[in-house]
Amino acid sequence: MTDLAWINTTLTSARPQAVAALLRYFRDLDTAEEAFQESCLRALKTWPQNGPPRDPAAWLIMVGRNSAIDAVRHRSKQEALPADDVVSDLDDAESAIAERLDDAHYRDDILRLLFICCHPDLPVTQQIALALRVVSGLSVKEIARAFLSSESAVEQRITRAKRRVSDAEVPFATPGAPERAQRLAAVAAMIYLLFNEGYSASGGDAHLRAPLCDEAIRLSRLLLRLFPSEPEIMGLTALLLLQHARAPARLDADGAIVLLEDQDRSLWDRKMIAEGLALIDKAVRHKRPGPYQVQAAIAALHSQADQPEATDWSQIDLLYATLERLQPSPIVTLNRAVAVAKVRGPEAALAMIEPLASQLSGYFYFFGVKGGLLMQLGRSEEARVAFDRAIAVANTAAEAAHIRMHLDRLTKDSAAGARATS
Amino acid sequence: MQYAILCYHSESEVFSWTKEQDDAVMSKLMVAQERMAKAGRLGPVARLMPTTAATTLRKDQDPPLVIDGPFAETKEQLLGFYVVDCKTLDEALDFARDLARVNPGGAYEIRPISFFQPGTAHA
Repeated sequence: MTDLAWINTTLTSARPQAVAALLRYFRDLDTAEEAFQESCLRALKTWPQNGPPRDPAAWLIMVGRNSAIDAVRHRSKQEALPADDVVSDLDDAESAIAERLDDAHYRDDILRLLFICCHPDLPVTQQIALALRVVSGLSVKEIARAFLSSESAVEQRITRAKRRVSDAEVPFATPGAPERAQRLAAVAAMIYLLFNEGYSASGGDAHLRAPLCDEAIRLSRLLLRLFPSEPEIMGLTALLLLQHARAPARLDADGAIVLLEDQDRSLWDRKMIAEGLALIDKAVRHKRPGPYQVQAAIAALHSQADQPEATDWSQIDLLYATLERLQPSPIVTLNRAVAVAKVRGPEAALAMIEPLASQLSGYFYFFGVKGGLLMQLGRSEEARVAFDRAIAVANTAAEAAHIRMHLDRLTKDSAAGARATS
Repeated sequence: MQYAILCYHSESEVFSWTKEQDDAVMSKLMVAQERMAKAGRLGPVARLMPTTAATTLRKDQDPPLVIDGPFAETKEQLLGFYVVDCKTLDEALDFARDLARVNPGGAYEIRPISFFQPGTAHA
């Protein structure tokens, strides 16, 4: 481990605060990013000799601000003077330190920075790419690798997103309570999407995408530090931790999906689970349930079962019923059906998902569950049809491979049946 | 004399460490504390969860007030700590309230422990 690796970690951890503050000064994302970039370069020059400063974020803000102001002044000698609002805040450098102490200010800065990335005009993929670039500081190369996409495509995605964001003009005034709540919800949703982008990966690319999950957890913790009393942010952080805790057991050596029931539970990350459970404990005290909290509670029940048989499926069924009320969606109902199958049997579960067929006609998991239920009921031919359909709409090779395993089992069973009768 | 060594660091930085970085620090610390452990002079060692997992009981009012997050005032100083084993946060809060009844003023921060090593110190 080189010193440079540690300095990079320090720079990364200070980044959201620093870029957010610089954005407030300069009111322009590119200028803020350039200023931060400049301050990082100076940090890499001076920190190895002098050691990192006591408050790296404050140092980076101050140095970044001064260098950007210098750059603007330098340009202004050749060009006409910039309008005042280009450099919106030219107080002395010391005020940066004073402002650093103002948590509320900081909080809205960082929230604004995150919110800019999930502007409703931006398609989801652009939101995530922009957040990874601007807030997390991942390089275009790293983002491209995580998205299994080319660098030029990612570059273009980010440029487009930035253009839209600057056209949309997110207000810089301190947000009121309803505005703040709205921003918080949008940012939470973006973090959840970022997590899923990493979590839903499978096959050979899984290890490339795991950093997306780590990054989502880091941002979620950051958000919770800024808004310590928001039960849904506690729920979101808990949900991400509890799901990510299972990552080491989710794929086998060949990269194939290992179902929850078949996972080696000793591989689950106990530290993450403990933190997730602690956060749920905190959230529950508020008695303001929300979708993230309920999903976290479901994940918690799984994580608390030492063996699959010990899972409290009837409690999970009830929690899904709550989730259906809070956030009705065919996918929630589909998930509930899995619990229902355990509690009341496959017939009841099948009856529950039949009405979803038209809405979920392109959804891999729907046909996987349906096939599984039909197989349990001994309706092999119908199960085969459902599994074939699942393979047709599978998103990844690992998903398809998993279903083929079921099909093989059906074929073997029917062959064995044929042998037995012949 | 028994001493408590209280560990302070930037949380956003420590929780940005990669697993490899974290493991490297932990194993180096294990080596560094070996001498004290072998001499039977190392007491309990604990690593706390991040402050996002903390809850604070302000006991300068009656009844005490539960606040999410860490103890963040600068007027008061850290004067002691308990380690308790509880099933839930509520159970830990109940115990803290019992303590608060006989010792009002100030605050208790209740923070889950993520790593605990009981220690080898001779009593």
